[in-house]
Amino acid sequence: MGQVRDLDVRAVTEAVKTLCITANYDLPRDVYDALVRAREAEESPVGREVLGQLVENADIAASDRVPICQDTGFAVIFAEVGQDVHLVGGHFDDAIDEGVRQGYGDGYLRKSVAEEPAHARRNTRDNTPAILHTGIVPGDKVRLTLMAKGGGAENMSSLNMLKPSQGWSGMVDAVVDTVSRAGSNPCPPVIIGVGIGGTIDMVTLLAKKALLRDIGSTHPDARLAGMEAELLEKVNALGIGPQGLGGSTTALAVFIEEMPCHIASMPMAVNVQCHAQRHKTVEL
Amino acid sequence: MTVKKITTPLTDSAVRDLRAGDAVAISGVVYQARDAAHKRLVALVEAGEELPFELEGAVVYYMGPSPAKPSNVIGSAGPTTSGRMDAYAPLLMRHGLKGMIGKGLRTQEVKDAMHQYTAVYFAATGGAGALLAKCIVGNEVIAYPELGAEAVARLEVKDFPAIVVNDCHGGDLYEEGRAKYAKTV
Repeated sequence: MGQVRDLDVRAVTEAVKTLCITANYDLPRDVYDALVRAREAEESPVGREVLGQLVENADIAASDRVPICQDTGFAVIFAEVGQDVHLVGGHFDDAIDEGVRQGYGDGYLRKSVAEEPAHARRNTRDNTPAILHTGIVPGDKVRLTLMAKGGGAENMSSLNMLKPSQGWSGMVDAVVDTVSRAGSNPCPPVIIGVGIGGTIDMVTLLAKKALLRDIGSTHPDARLAGMEAELLEKVNALGIGPQGLGGSTTALAVFIEEMPCHIASMPMAVNVQCHAQRHKTVEL
Repeated sequence: MTVKKITTPLTDSAVRDLRAGDAVAISGVVYQARDAAHKRLVALVEAGEELPFELEGAVVYYMGPSPAKPSNVIGSAGPTTSGRMDAYAPLLMRHGLKGMIGKGLRTQEVKDAMHQYTAVYFAATGGAGALLAKCIVGNEVIAYPELGAEAVARLEVKDFPAIVVNDCHGGDLYEEGRAKYAKTV
């Protein structure tokens, strides 16, 4: 057994605060490069104009230190906690929320969380609570990944409880149908996270985790890599284009994550992400 | 691309001149309002009470900004998804609303109302909030400050870039653009 390491949760708060701000100001390099490549490749003149605006927008946000998009999102946090870490100084979950509170306040980020969703829909005014997914991993480090998830694209996502007999072609139909119905709503060009397998809770989490892959990376499983390429081609053939105004760039990437499922099931989730794919990781 | 310069408030004839696919640069006053504000505005109209701004010829911008830094007029300020305002838009058009700026699909009912009442729907680039904020030169909250980002604000814009998606003649760029670039694979 490794040596147990103490980690004060105040360091967690500080890290989350910084992640909230930098994720919202600085578009990840892989996304930026993908927008630049799409601007060159796009067939529609209006589409090229839109993609040019998105590149310019990312430049302004980074240099002026302002949010890329006014919807600075729900703070979705993946925490991988090493089992040899001893967290001290407070409760871990509270420390995460405190980081979100400070980051969204100090960073001039929009507070977009409403409590009592069915009735009052009151803004919580500090963007808490965070959506926190904690997992225990080997080692004595804590790895925190923050995704600022906007509402417009999240709304266009889908959960599909397919029959096993529908197979791969049923999944292709479900992904293409989800993107087709979404049209201009989720701010295309989008990034598409596909979860396959598990249960309804796990398949949506897989779809969300899939969005964390770098654009341009190839899935290590050649079979899944081929499926991703096929989906990307079919989605881009829809003609929706940048901002839905028509064009050849509807999606920048499709990423798949899979796991085993029940013999009676074929769960499949599609998590739609806008072009402002804001995420950042830090290790403590 | 040729860009048509237009100023608000919009007249019927200015609206009739616009066609789906036109690139425009909007100058003048537009009113920021999204979900919660629309709910209240429509309640006022239904109660026959006065609105916080003159609806005749008005353009609304479906947007809720991020907070402004002390030296800035406004925070990031790109469009939100318009479809959530579909339930409210026809009534506002009946009472004089002439233009809507947002992004995303509208229902047939909204498109029919645009034809009936001579109104236009513009798309601004979603996710370009830092860029679009540079075209907003004045910002004053005029109603519901307690709603924070969902308050109604009077925004003065200068050469604000947008594209006509739905015109009052039935044109629809989302449908036409998509059909033009769709492929069979």
